Parts: sequence; C-alpha cells; structure tokens
Amino acid sequence: MMFIDPHAHMISRTTDDYEAMAAAGVVALIEPAFWLGQPRTYVGSYIDYLSHIVGFERFRAGQFGIRHYCTIGLNSKEANNQELAEGVMEILPRFALKEAVVAIGEIGYDEQTELEDKYFRLQLDLAKELALPVMIHTPHRDKKRGTSRSMDVCLEHGLDPAMVVVDHNNEETVREVLDRGFWAAFSIYPSTKMGNARMVEILRQYGAERIIVDSACDWGISDPLGVPKTARLALDSGVPEEHVRLACYQNALSAYGQSGQIKEDDWLNPPAIDQRTLYEGNSVLRGGREARIEEPGAQRGMDKLIIE
Amino acid sequence: MGTPTDLLHEWLSRRVSEQSLEWLDGQLGKLRDASGDRDLVITLGMIPRRLGKDDLNLSAGDLAAADAARPGWDPSLWTIETAARVLALLAFSGNEAAFLDAYKELCRSADVAEAIALYAGLPLYPAPEKLVDQAGEGLRGNVRAVFEAVAHRNPYPREQFDENRWNQMVLKALFIGSTLDPIQGLDDRANPVLARIMCDYAHERWAAGRQITPEIWRCVGPFAEGDMIADLKRVAGSSDPQERSAAALALTASGAPEAKAILVGLTAESAALEAGTLRWKDVVPA
Ligand SMILES: [Zn+2]
Repeated sequence: MMFIDPHAHMISRTTDDYEAMAAAGVVALIEPAFWLGQPRTYVGSYIDYLSHIVGFERFRAGQFGIRHYCTIGLNSKEANNQELAEGVMEILPRFALKEAVVAIGEIGYDEQTELEDKYFRLQLDLAKELALPVMIHTPHRDKKRGTSRSMDVCLEHGLDPAMVVVDHNNEETVREVLDRGFWAAFSIYPSTKMGNARMVEILRQYGAERIIVDSACDWGISDPLGVPKTARLALDSGVPEEHVRLACYQNALSAYGQSGQIKEDDWLNPPAIDQRTLYEGNSVLRGGREARIEEPGAQRGMDKLIIE
Repeated sequence: MGTPTDLLHEWLSRRVSEQSLEWLDGQLGKLRDASGDRDLVITLGMIPRRLGKDDLNLSAGDLAAADAARPGWDPSLWTIETAARVLALLAFSGNEAAFLDAYKELCRSADVAEAIALYAGLPLYPAPEKLVDQAGEGLRGNVRAVFEAVAHRNPYPREQFDENRWNQMVLKALFIGSTLDPIQGLDDRANPVLARIMCDYAHERWAAGRQITPEIWRCVGPFAEGDMIADLKRVAGSSDPQERSAAALALTASGAPEAKAILVGLTAESAALEAGTLRWKDVVPA
C-alpha cells in the first residue's frame, strides 16, 4: 500500500527517518511551514527557512525516493511579533508560487490573540488570490472554540470548505468539521494529539470520507511512521481497506491536489526534470562518502505499532 | 543574427500555445518598465504553470544560432520554463541597478528549478562581472543540478572566475559525483595548482580504497612532472580500460620525456590516440 504523510516537518528529522518512511511505503509527504521550536526574530531567518523547505529539503527527500511538497505561511505564534509578521507577509507571495507548494499553511490560532486573527485573515485572502488550498493548525489550548472560530473566519472570507484542511482534530472536534464540509485531518502524535488506536475508533465511527491521517512529526517526541502504523493497525482491526486508502493516501491527494502542484504521476512516473534534480545527485553523502544502503527498516521500523 | 532575447522568444513561440505566448508577452511588456520586482516574482512563479516544464528540444541549427549570438552559450539541456524565466529576467534587466538587486534576492528565495534558470542565464545578463559572488553562491549548495547550472555548458565560469574559485568548482564537481567534460574551458584554464590539488585528492581516495573518476587526470596531464608522472604511471597500469585511456590522454598532454616512455607501453590506447578515436569525453567512470 502507498501512503502520503500530509503533515511532516522533515527539516528536523534525519536521513534515517526518510529511509524508514520509504521502506514503510510513504511515497510523498507535505512539509507545512511552521516554527522551529523557538521563535524566529528576523524576517531573514524566515526567508532562509522557506527557501530550505522549497529547495534542499525537497531534494533530500528525493534522494530517498520520497516526493516532497510543502505549504507556505506565517504561523500563529510568530504572528504575535508584529514587526516580524509584517516582513513575512511581504515575502509570502515570493514563496507561495514555488514548485510543489500545495497550500497556504499551517496557519490559524495559538493563543487566539488579535494579531493572530489579523494575520490569519490576511493569509486567507492571499490563498484566495492565488487559488491555493489552506491548511489550518488548530490550537492546543481551548481547541474546541479555536477550531469553530477558524472555520467561521474561513467562511467569512468566502473560502470554499472543500479548499480547507483543518488539522489536529480529536474526538471533540471531528463532528463539527465534517458537518461543515471541511477536510478533517488528525495528527498521530504521541501524548499530546492523537494516538492511533483512538484514530482507528474514529475511522470505525465516521468512515473515511474527508478524513486525513498525518504524523505531524517534528523536533518533538513524534513518530515519522505515524501514517503507515495507523494504516496497519486499522487493517488489523478490520477497517475496510478502501477506508484506509482514503484516509492514509487518497484524501490528502484530493485535497491538496486542488493546487495543481501534487499528482500521482509525480511518484508513479517522475518527469525527466525531477530525475535530473532529485534522483541523480549524491549530495547528502557529503565529502565523497560512499553510498551505503541499509537493509530497509534495519534501524527503524514498524515493529512497535501502537502510538499512544 | 538574432539577439539572445530574439532567439529565446522564437524558440518558445514554436513550443507553447498561442494563449500561453500571449500571456508571456503581456508579462514581458510589464517587466520592461517595471520599477519594483513584484511582477517579476509573480511572472517567474507562474511560468511553469502557464507554459509547462517540457524540454526545449533545440535543433543543431538553434544551438549554432545561440553560439553565434553569444559565444559559448549552450542551451542544449534547457527546459521551456528555464528559457521563459531567462527571457523574463532579460526583459527586466534594462535597469541594471534594479536587476542586480533583484537577481540577488531571487537567488536567495529560489526553488530548484528557478535556481537552475537564474544560474543557467548567467552569460546573458548585463554587467556579468558584478554577479561573480552570486554565481559562487550557486556552487555552494548541495543540490547537484543547481551546481551544474553554473558549472556545466556555461561560458560564465571560464570568463569570470578567478583561479581559486575555478579550482574549487572543478574539485567540488568531483566531490558531488558530477562530471568534468561539460565544464567549458576545462583545458584552457588548467593550472599547476589545480593539478597538485587533483593529485592530492587522488592519493586521499587511494588511501581510503575508493574509486576515482578517470576524468581527474585531465587536469593533471599538462602540468605533470616528478611525482605526478608516477601517479599517471600507476593509472596507466590499471586493469580498468577507462583508466588506461585517461592515462594515455593525460600523458600525451604532458610533454615530459618520462611521459613519452610510459605512453609507449600503452599500445592500444596510443593507436586510438593516433587514429583520433580517443577523446576525453569518452572517458567516463564505469
Ligand atoms: Zn505542524
């Protein structure tokens, strides 16, 4: 089975993770622009970060046979630094039309401040102007109200719910998100967001229409195999294969495919230009190191299936 | 004879739909009298969406016209998006000062395909000597295709790089597993320092029991003397035919009397050299 991990912050992961993901069947992933664990203090560090995720990180993923996409945005925490936020808003159009940028994101609320609200709205306008989907990060604290409010504001700005993925859902938020016609994504992130046994229950209860599973793996304690592990657990628990395929592959492709920047052909028949840029080089093997290919999954693997 | 701008436009008009060309012409018109770079940024971003990313597929006649318009200009591997992006940059470059600033900013925020276009176009932009540091940045990253946009099929490095930058570029090509033959001016700009660096590098690789591309000896041949001749002798004794070919080519370039003596032992390679059937571009790693 092929998987897409539509939310993975690979800038903070290792080549080991890429090998394990590829071995577990991940063919493509999306890297949403987010913060780095501490706030950036200058717009210049944003420029370098964004050009990293549209450039070198794509190339690095390609070295392991995984197609890399990203989303571009100013995150909610950094929206609270107004000087930085103004600078970032100015440079966003420079990055939002890059190759393989599939959405404006991840954007939304953290503490639900006025500044967060202001830059969330401005970015929804930008997404509309550039005809790009939106990826919404819902807050950890006061999640239920933050999630409803995010959707209210999207509708107020005239966005079609079919163009908006609401992420980091849980049992408390999923019903409303689906009922209002948005895509509902779930981050299988240990301890703080969703566990995959809970995710399987949600698939049983709601089916898989407009439901998307991701790992949201980043610099915290998280698991880059969140999607394949959830798929395996769901299949083992008797969830129909077609539902697993929708939640762990097809729905992400359908939602973000609306950007025109991600399609199945990218990994099934990679075009010549991509072979030139992504598959030929050896530059992660710096300094002329010989390529050494580990047994798939030799270091990291699928043996510890449950993510709690 | 057409200018590069004329040629790029003609090639694109043969490859894209009338509607796409109309859009492009509209953007080019805006860029000719643009003051800020917002239109340029949007145009570069929209180009692959409007025109596609297929190869440009130029004929031998087109390539000859390119070389006549700008000696050394070799767009043989360009895509439609590269050609259109360079055309857009040329339209914007009428204001030299604005262009220099915009170029630097664009390089800072480029994706891989954009970076390829920005660097492949180097020989065509105004005030090329002012872009040397930026071209150096293009060599500094880790994406091989971007490195090659500067280093391969591009007359810019041979014309603008000082010796150190040149030598570092050639050496890095080896480090990232790239090839040397597509570097223009490789033989003209060979120098004793590079020859010494290459031999040191070869010794390092030998010590680690690693392969070395036979192309490396091309940079050594013309300056080979003393210990370097001993290195070439070692390569001449290789069981790998590509290595023996490289040794023969390098020894021919050397002119040192000991080189001639070793060459005598390479009978098959010497015959091929005599017949003109052995050239550097045939010497590629197995
Ligand atoms: Zn995230």
